[in-house]
Amino acid sequence: MPREGSPFKGVGIVALKEAADHMSSARMHLVMLLVLLTAIAAAWGAIDRIRDTTAEDAYLFLKLFTVAREPLPSFAAFLGFLLPLVAISLGFDAVNGEFNRRTMSRLLAQPVYRDAILFGKFLGGLLVIAIALLTLWLLTVGLGILTLGLPPSGADIVRSVFWLIATLFYAGVWLALAISFSAVIRTPATSALAALSVWLILTFFWGMIAPLLASLQPVDPFDPVSLVNQYELQQSIARFSPQTLYSEITGLLLNPSARSVGPLFMHQLQGAVIGAPLPTMESVMIVWPQISCMVAAMLVLFTLAYVVFQRQEVRA
Amino acid sequence: MSEIVLEAKGLTKKYGNFAAASGIDLSVSKGEVIGLLGPNGAGKTTTILMLLGLTEATEGTVNILGKDPLRQPLEVKREVGYLPDAVGFYDLMTGRENLRFTAKLSGMSREEAEKRIADALATVRLSEVADRRVATYSRGMRQRLGIAELIMRECKVAILDEPTSGLDPQSTHELLNLIQELSQGGMTILLSSHMLDVVQSICSRVALFHRGRIGFFGTIEELAARIGRGSFVIDVEADGADLQNVGAQISGVSSVQRQPDGRWQVEAAHDVRPDLARLIVSAGGSLKNLDLRRARLDEAYDQYFRELAHAA
Repeated sequence: MPREGSPFKGVGIVALKEAADHMSSARMHLVMLLVLLTAIAAAWGAIDRIRDTTAEDAYLFLKLFTVAREPLPSFAAFLGFLLPLVAISLGFDAVNGEFNRRTMSRLLAQPVYRDAILFGKFLGGLLVIAIALLTLWLLTVGLGILTLGLPPSGADIVRSVFWLIATLFYAGVWLALAISFSAVIRTPATSALAALSVWLILTFFWGMIAPLLASLQPVDPFDPVSLVNQYELQQSIARFSPQTLYSEITGLLLNPSARSVGPLFMHQLQGAVIGAPLPTMESVMIVWPQISCMVAAMLVLFTLAYVVFQRQEVRA
Repeated sequence: MSEIVLEAKGLTKKYGNFAAASGIDLSVSKGEVIGLLGPNGAGKTTTILMLLGLTEATEGTVNILGKDPLRQPLEVKREVGYLPDAVGFYDLMTGRENLRFTAKLSGMSREEAEKRIADALATVRLSEVADRRVATYSRGMRQRLGIAELIMRECKVAILDEPTSGLDPQSTHELLNLIQELSQGGMTILLSSHMLDVVQSICSRVALFHRGRIGFFGTIEELAARIGRGSFVIDVEADGADLQNVGAQISGVSSVQRQPDGRWQVEAAHDVRPDLARLIVSAGGSLKNLDLRRARLDEAYDQYFRELAHAA
């Protein structure tokens, strides 16, 4: 049955209200404080390391994000680890929270479609993450320029901005996951736990599960190609985790000398100058499939949330 | 008859085999206050949600202000306000901010919204607490804030789901006065309730819900007549006489019941006080008091549902 009126009416209003809510919530303050502290610590560690090894390093600016000093992981690794946490904390009670506060029926009685409410919530969360990411990025860049005294080149900026956008998509996947759980599960605590367990599995255990699953396909000791096949299978399984996709993107975008995310054969390297930087756009092209996969995952999860939410009865 | 603003025909909502509402017909004219009455689970809220288009009816059609809530939901929701059962607001925002948010969703300009919000808050007497967080509001204040939202949006039709449930008598009274003011201002109002004395004071017509159906739709007087009992109720205080025997001798008396406090309650089709007094005295009883009152809605209502339960 055709319905009249735009489904996007009110999206902006809902998104801005959600963003304002997040910005002023104690939950968000705590999580952001954690992220800020760890990120600065990581960047500081990187700067310290870079100082010691300046002479050996090309692409110093990008090293700011990828170099780690024990025991701290690098800035990029930190984001890969903590961003899901931020996204889940923003999204886990998006839908069921409204039901629990009994505001949902009043909200649905306003002259906007449900589409606008859900989409607005997603955009609002993404907006907050984008602001936080941009702030972190600027802080780190500023810290680098101040302490190392070296300005980034144009290519460095382009690479790190692409990486920043990919990071936002990565956070978007987790936000969409959290919102889906909030639509499917009625209790906020349960939906938070469910989202966190998925995060735990994909982040910590997927790296062990992938080789295990891949080993189900036997390797013929006399056929080296079967070994390659098994490795590629393992890699494809590992890529079901956004964490894997994101670390591949990070590895390529922030390291111009990286050539491939998969196995590389000698004949493919013929004529290549080892260690020479890849043009920025070439690096982006290599991880384009990874970026598309993350966007696709985000859309699939959001669609799931959308379908569940559209069919939900108003009365709790 | 004045202009019809809301018409429902054969509304039915099924959850699997269970019919939460079936064959609901309603027709409401402009400016009426309609009470939707019935025990919990009788299908009142389901009907309200179908009227608003918030739940899709399995069968039947709704027409509000000439529009179909399923086809033109935005236009219908712009003109029809809904105050849900135990309405919730964003606790961390102030009352004014909550209204501001819904004003924006209705597409009002900022200046217009500020003015209407201030007026609405003044009407429901919340101006003084408007800038406090809703978390500090009492239940009655929340309900009034909900009414303020309807006033601010200048709804033509307001549907209130259990607006008085959980309120103390004072707040209930205030809320009912507000609803009456709105109705005098030209708003058409539907309210559901299981508190009958409440509804009696402000409703022009009532619809009685029973197991997903409307058993009766009409004025309170019609309800009393339909139930087929006398609409005169007489409270009798008398000692030394058995009213059961006395009542049986008077024509027009439909029932005589002993109340827990020792009084008798006599129901009759006309005023039987002279006959009662004469017979009690001649039977040797001492008559202390005879008090005539009209049948109250809750008695009629209780009776109605008791009869339905017997019939079932």
